[in-house]
Amino acid sequence: MSHFDWLSEYLARLGSEQVIALREDASALAPARHLELDPKDWTSAARVAAAMGLRHAGVWADPQPVADEAVMRVWACLEYAGDYLVLETQVALNRPVLNSQSPSFAGINRLERHAHDLTGLTFKHTPDKRRWTRHQAWPADRFPLRSDFPLAGENGHRTPADADYPFVRVKGAGVYTIPVGPVHAGIIEPGHFRFHAMGEDVLRLEARLGYVHKGIEKLAVGRDPASLVRLAGRVSGDSTVAHAWAACQAMERATGCAVPPRALALRGLMAERERIANHLGDIGAICNDVSFTFAHVQCARLRELWQRRSLALFGHRLMMNAVVPGGVAHALSAKSVTELHADHAALKTAIEPIFNVIEDHPSLDDRLMSTGVLSEADARALGCTGYVGKASGLAFDLRRANPYAPYDALEIETLVLAEGDVAARAHIRMAEIRHSLHWMDRLLDQLPDGEIAAPLPEAAEDAMGLGLIEGWRGEILCFVRFGPQGRIARYFPRDPSWFTWPALERLILGNIVPDFPVCNKSVNGSYAGEDL
Amino acid sequence: MFRILKQSLRTGLLTETPPDLEDAKLERIGVELHRRIDARFKRSLAIRQVDAGSCNGCELEIHALNNPYHDIERFGVHFVASPRHADALLVTGPVSRHMETALRRTWRATPAPKFVIAAGDCACTGGEFGVSYASCGAVANVIPVDVTIPGCPPTPRDLLKGLLAALR
Repeated sequence: MSHFDWLSEYLARLGSEQVIALREDASALAPARHLELDPKDWTSAARVAAAMGLRHAGVWADPQPVADEAVMRVWACLEYAGDYLVLETQVALNRPVLNSQSPSFAGINRLERHAHDLTGLTFKHTPDKRRWTRHQAWPADRFPLRSDFPLAGENGHRTPADADYPFVRVKGAGVYTIPVGPVHAGIIEPGHFRFHAMGEDVLRLEARLGYVHKGIEKLAVGRDPASLVRLAGRVSGDSTVAHAWAACQAMERATGCAVPPRALALRGLMAERERIANHLGDIGAICNDVSFTFAHVQCARLRELWQRRSLALFGHRLMMNAVVPGGVAHALSAKSVTELHADHAALKTAIEPIFNVIEDHPSLDDRLMSTGVLSEADARALGCTGYVGKASGLAFDLRRANPYAPYDALEIETLVLAEGDVAARAHIRMAEIRHSLHWMDRLLDQLPDGEIAAPLPEAAEDAMGLGLIEGWRGEILCFVRFGPQGRIARYFPRDPSWFTWPALERLILGNIVPDFPVCNKSVNGSYAGEDL
Repeated sequence: MFRILKQSLRTGLLTETPPDLEDAKLERIGVELHRRIDARFKRSLAIRQVDAGSCNGCELEIHALNNPYHDIERFGVHFVASPRHADALLVTGPVSRHMETALRRTWRATPAPKFVIAAGDCACTGGEFGVSYASCGAVANVIPVDVTIPGCPPTPRDLLKGLLAALR
């Protein structure tokens, strides 16, 4: 099957809806195709895409005026069979109104609300137009990403709690509400969960995030590439390699930078290290949430050893600041390659007795199987990727669907399960650890010689790039547009958590309230990655 | 059952036999920490961790304090679920404006005598995020801070040392 063989059918179907692309372009956002549409056709484009089974990978707005034209550019990214199609339209900056795409793609509703809260773009005919990222730090009629909004903000007052957020209410005899957060009981990120329960059963769960909104998109404006990558590495600390890589890839595509093959192989190695570290921690934590502390302690032990090796070889326990524009920061000596091989072999041996217990233990089976089931239909409708998608029958993995270097040189196989429960998500993670260990050895075997970084050429004004990386949670999308003097004009990182948080709200239904922690841990959405 | 016992026995006690100098050093820090906790907090220090806007990097390293290598509980330090049960708050992140009130309320809910430890560069100075429309910057801009532990994120050993300083 050749790339984009579905695109002509998509365009033909658009044509039969009287939708004509204003411009079609294969180079501006390569390898993605770029299609410019009239704003009135925005909804039809989504409807046709949904009918053809395309996945929506996110929507974002860019309110910076381009060449004195008072317009706001709106972008949406669609994916099919590993090929990406970016839709663009322009609306007037003084009256930014657009029809919503979320009736066709439920998963992007919060992205649209986020775009509204930060840029003022109003979506019409949307099922849910409540605020999302905005709490009380700025008023409803001011928009932080507009150029007239100062980074420092417009008032220095104390910010009150967001007490009057209109949660959906559930009424009925015996129905009660459990508000949880933003400060949680464990060592985790802040967010609010509103449970409606009857007896022990959850009738409805609504998450309210945005508590750790730090203005990352605004902070990015005007930065140089190196400083943007430092920021990108702190979008979500557990995914520092993946987010930094995605930002670098976007900038490298925008500037035509040829990253040395050795650097790409080392990035792949670090991304797989990050995946293993997080999966080890989470598999243990899932078991801990059902009081099986044996696995928690054993996995935490392996994770600690793993992190110590990351510190020794990549300068940081989480490998922060190790990915830089044009390459990587740390060379890997021949001795270190040998050490890593031995390390991988040691972990491969060490996980088996532990995973053997986790995969076959009556008390774990009892708690994890048939708990928190996400159906394939829901996972598809919301656009879930990563282990959440794979546990619910969706095979998508960017490393296989559209392999970027260094994965193009590997034979990538992934496990897909149909059960969609907590046990399935834990199984997928265990399989991913085994797979990653295998691929890391291949990467080391084929490690090319040469430089570990190339200088990033200065970007032309308005140069754009789309970064797409399979992080440990799933597909990370990153959009970068340059302004004058090689400075960043727009940075938008889309973490896979945007689609897995709504999945958590669905998979918890009918489960008992005490099973929420284990369901949550099995999905483990990022708060920081979504709040930005 | 036997598989679990076998694995546990084979793993052994990682914390009690310091295998190298690094861990011996860790042990020394911990023993001193324990002595101070004995004196000031009747042998146990209860910490309520509050993420006030962090990227989650600091949380991962705070978690590592509980792994079998560091096992901070053996020194009498443990993490509690409510500020009402806490002697100290361990705050991470620049304080996002959306968490400002929640952090103040958590601080008010903590009974005196209490102290506040700001962990990580963001909590100490605002770090990469600083003060903006969305962030109040350092924790000290919102509640009184007694001790700071810099690092992005601080390693588990940095955190142990910082806790020791908190009790001086």
